Amino acid sequence: MNWLRKAAVWLDDRLHLTALYASTAGHEVPASAGSWFYVFGSATLLCFIIQVITGACLAFVYIPSTNEAWTSLQYLNHAQFLGWYLRAVHYWGSNFMVAIMTAHMIQVFLFGAYKYPRELTWVSGIFLLLCTLALAFTGQVMRFDQDAYWGLGIGASVMGRVPVIGSQLVHVLLAGPIIAGETLSRFFTLHVFIIPGLIIAIVAMHLRLVLTKGINEYPRAGHPVHKSTYDAEYAEILRKEGVPFVPHAIGKDLIFAAIVIVGILGCAFFFGPKGPFGRPDPTIVNTNPRPDFYFLSIFAALALLPDWMEVVVLFVAPVVCIVLLLALPFISGTGEKSARRRPVAVLSVVLVMLVICVLCYMGQTSPWSPKMDAWSSDAIPVQYVKGRTPLELKGALVFQNKQCRNCHSLGGHGGERGPALDSVATRLTGPEMVRQVIQGGGNMPAYGKKLSPAEVDALVAFMQTLHPPSVPPVRPSDHRENKLPRDFAVLTK
Amino acid sequence: MTGSPPTGNEHPEHKGPDQEPNPTRRDWLFHIGVAANVAAGVLIAIPLVGFVFSSFVERKDPRSWISLGALESFPENSTRIATYRNPFTRPWDGETANIPCWVRRISGNQFQVFAINCTHLGCPVRWFKEAGLFLCPCHGGAYYEDGARAAGPPPRGLFQYTYKVEKGELWVKGGEMPTLSNPV
Repeated sequence: MNWLRKAAVWLDDRLHLTALYASTAGHEVPASAGSWFYVFGSATLLCFIIQVITGACLAFVYIPSTNEAWTSLQYLNHAQFLGWYLRAVHYWGSNFMVAIMTAHMIQVFLFGAYKYPRELTWVSGIFLLLCTLALAFTGQVMRFDQDAYWGLGIGASVMGRVPVIGSQLVHVLLAGPIIAGETLSRFFTLHVFIIPGLIIAIVAMHLRLVLTKGINEYPRAGHPVHKSTYDAEYAEILRKEGVPFVPHAIGKDLIFAAIVIVGILGCAFFFGPKGPFGRPDPTIVNTNPRPDFYFLSIFAALALLPDWMEVVVLFVAPVVCIVLLLALPFISGTGEKSARRRPVAVLSVVLVMLVICVLCYMGQTSPWSPKMDAWSSDAIPVQYVKGRTPLELKGALVFQNKQCRNCHSLGGHGGERGPALDSVATRLTGPEMVRQVIQGGGNMPAYGKKLSPAEVDALVAFMQTLHPPSVPPVRPSDHRENKLPRDFAVLTK
Repeated sequence: MTGSPPTGNEHPEHKGPDQEPNPTRRDWLFHIGVAANVAAGVLIAIPLVGFVFSSFVERKDPRSWISLGALESFPENSTRIATYRNPFTRPWDGETANIPCWVRRISGNQFQVFAINCTHLGCPVRWFKEAGLFLCPCHGGAYYEDGARAAGPPPRGLFQYTYKVEKGELWVKGGEMPTLSNPV
């Protein structure tokens, strides 16, 4: 065995492996940092590595051409051995990466790890967050189907709202005046070369900073950070309870890493890859474009905002958010680290996560979108037509044929863009219904030109029957003006 | 400091008998070297930036006239979908270069040709004949049959193509995705 030992010594002499190990994997960390809360950073990096490997495998087969991409995805799904599984691992890996990265960011924020002297670790982390979101957006374009095509259209429309240089930015985004061959090539290059390259570079800096500035000790309430004393305190912590990261603090990271890998593989196995859905043929207009879940909240916000706020939210809000995130360690770089003494920090995390989750849910259900096939697919409940007069029945037909159902539900079926009309007669009188149908208002189009007087009569007769048996329909009176919804009040003035 | 070889400080300058160590010459070489590389860097960057951001330099109108077909295929008082092959196209575009649009023939040679893209965020609007409305599936924008905004978040009416009637066919000027900063 002597020669083996000699070889090892020779290699170490040439490669300096022992020194490298001592300054990286073996560097000293506070024993308190070996906590379950500290596993998310390494898990995010693990997800990235899985994405790079599976992505490289997919690129063996995938063809980044508008004409072939969709077909090559189908080939991967159905013909290539294990192609479906690699696509699924890549898709679920991206979901896990975004989710775990979010957990990492929340943990770092709540544990005050961004404070002195780790400001630049946080700043580089923000750039990693932006790069990861850029990977998510460009990755959704790689799945070149209808959602990808119209998602690009949404991206271009957002760019087109930029003042002055809007049309040039659209051109830069799409690599041309319209979504065409070079658009996909551009997003492919971003997704597989430029953004991953950036991430590798920034991760190197991120990890280097973790090594040079040390990992954050588990914060204790009542031990605020002072710039003048912190470095000595940290050195003291390392002296007293410092342990080498490998093998003493890495155990929980390893267990969590295994859980993440099994989680990704399990989700991939049980839920499979996403899409591709319909062919990327823009002439198929019967489509319902939705972004992947990372962008559903923004998609939802764009439906719910008043139009004057859209430009603010599209262009000012992201800049403000990013600047705030970058400035955070410089605004509150000292003071308490423990979440127990930082109620505003805890509340802001809860608030931001609640907003994002609610918007995600709304984006998933999209109650603002008309249900395009409700008028021909959802029947009028029997109790609403039973025992009605011929005029009222004619009104029910008008209601259905004129596609009112796409926005107004009856019996729980139909669109939710407008109010449900099951008890409309308890809210509006006949004349008010006529006015609403003919003139529109309150985000309802006017139907005056599309309905004959006879049709309006029938429709209103039908709607006047829509009230619960126990509640009588509202009757016209002279004092109704004040009770009208806001838009009516404006209209009738 | 493991394994560092025995020091060998022989610089070329020390070798020649007639050459004194000349720090000013080295400084001069260093500065010239930096300047030359900055210049070379700019020379590399110009074509790279120009290539990627060509849209800021090249202002050729990408649009051209395209026939949507014979007038007879568009009955009066009706709105129909028409498709054309995008004039800005590459051989590997495939079906992505087939662009739809809504053609409304009011009467005779009077038309309105609407872009498929909702003015809010570019999703494809759908025509509902009975309701006389275009509806958008993304955020619920609605437009009247003349393209005017009816309800929802769109900031304006539908984008309209410039059109002409020639040789018994309907022609539109297309080739660019309409956006708020660049309505067709």
